[in-house]
Amino acid sequence: MNLSDLYRQVILDHAQHPRNFGALPDGLKVELHNPTCGDEITLFLTLKDGVVEKVSFQGSGCSISMSSASMLTDAIQGRPVEEVLHLNREFRKLLQGQEAEGELLGDLEALSGVTAFPARIKCAVLAWNALEQGVRSQKGEGDADE
Amino acid sequence: MRRDDFPLLQQQMNDHPLAYLDNAATTQKPQQVLDALHTYYTRYNANVHRGVYALAAEATDRYEASRAKVAKFLNAPSAQQILFTKGTTEAINLVAMGMILPFLRVGDEIVVTGAEHHSNLIPWQRIAKLGGATLKFIPLKADGTLDLDAARKLIHHRTRAIAVAQISNVLGTEHPIQELAAIAKEKNAVLVVDAAQSVPHGPVDVQQLGCDFLAFSGHKAYGPTGIGVLYGKPELLEKMEPLQYGGEMIDKVELHTATYKEAPWKFEAGTPPIAEAIALGEAVDYLQDIGMEAIHAHTKALTEYAYEQLQAVDGLTIYGPPPAQRGGLIAFNLGNVHAHDIATVLDSRGIAVRAGHHCCQPLMRWLGVSSTVRASFGLYNTRAEIDRLAAALREAKEVFGV
Repeated sequence: MNLSDLYRQVILDHAQHPRNFGALPDGLKVELHNPTCGDEITLFLTLKDGVVEKVSFQGSGCSISMSSASMLTDAIQGRPVEEVLHLNREFRKLLQGQEAEGELLGDLEALSGVTAFPARIKCAVLAWNALEQGVRSQKGEGDADE
Repeated sequence: MRRDDFPLLQQQMNDHPLAYLDNAATTQKPQQVLDALHTYYTRYNANVHRGVYALAAEATDRYEASRAKVAKFLNAPSAQQILFTKGTTEAINLVAMGMILPFLRVGDEIVVTGAEHHSNLIPWQRIAKLGGATLKFIPLKADGTLDLDAARKLIHHRTRAIAVAQISNVLGTEHPIQELAAIAKEKNAVLVVDAAQSVPHGPVDVQQLGCDFLAFSGHKAYGPTGIGVLYGKPELLEKMEPLQYGGEMIDKVELHTATYKEAPWKFEAGTPPIAEAIALGEAVDYLQDIGMEAIHAHTKALTEYAYEQLQAVDGLTIYGPPPAQRGGLIAFNLGNVHAHDIATVLDSRGIAVRAGHHCCQPLMRWLGVSSTVRASFGLYNTRAEIDRLAAALREAKEVFGV
């Protein structure tokens, strides 16, 4: 098991210098936490005409959950919701060790090392679970994946 | 100390010899305990307390012999004061729901400490709510030890129960049980001791402690999961109400009424975990064969050594009192790196530790952290494993730039 496969420089960089960190007063707010480890994430989102207009997050947790949240905000800003949901699916495939669209994922591909540490997958998906919940509530539908 | 008795410890984890330092969560099992489970199922599996044939008699004898072993182990005056439960959590729930709640009046108080495991907090929250009582907390001093002066002021004639861990599972602090027992006696309150972290690692004498109830878990004491113990004073066990009703706990049954057996059997409805109870007796034999004083001395020396080695790691913060006042565990953080990240680095080096809130969220808030790493020691751990822990922590510093 190679540590540098998990803790790649880009992950440590995002964890130590999270992008889009802070609240969006007018945004949709989704708060999630991981009861087993105490990781907390609040995702803020504004959607306009089916596009993610602004996104930010606040919270505390391990470098995997924080970097994943930070990269998520970078990746979805300005993107149509449909594309965001597609990215969400591809990211989850990556964490399951399945083939995913590397080009689409960009920096997020760095989190593929998590597959070797199954106990940490829940850290990597916390922000994405918040994203799914937020989008679902906006669409008013049962399942954001559909 | 007798490491070869533990088959699980002979393996590698992530290409390194396994250094198991999560003994406060659960301990590994010696071959003797594993054999006891196996022998039960291969030689004398039968239900207890009912069959008239030889096999059933042997199962019953061994089940009750295990109860007697546990009684002797805790220096309880009688085996009838030993109840088998699922574990510490169930034991505390039983006391809360069966002993305290039925007699609770609005305005009564229940006292716990700010350092309790959720298992010794949530049952009291629950019955306080159900019975209109107030939950009060004995505060901790800055070093994490219990503020006994504050306890004296807090506990009064409306205090129905005082529930406290003998050793904190995060800070490692040893709480002053004898002093609390004296206060409890004076105020006529019931003292409940969560001994999950103390019984496996040193001599525990219920008569010397003077507590009314004491609970521990088999799996933390080198025994199987699914079995635990509640010790209680006879006059209280007589008053305490069972939470489980059904077969095996009854004396005489009519269509609309029933009378129950006496303690401990009235609290053991249904078929108990027979193999586990017998194997717990085997674990007790195993521990007494080594000697609880010797185990205590080993763990104490290891904890002192670990404390020194961890203190020497730059940027590391240890929580709780110095080794003289603590049991065999040390919780810490390294710089501002999250505990889970540290645990993953240690995992990659074959070292198993716990990271998280350790079922103590209020205590985490008191410490001002969201989580900690915890190394906890057992009878089979070695100084070489502590050295590996310190070396891996220095590696973690490199990875995260602490």
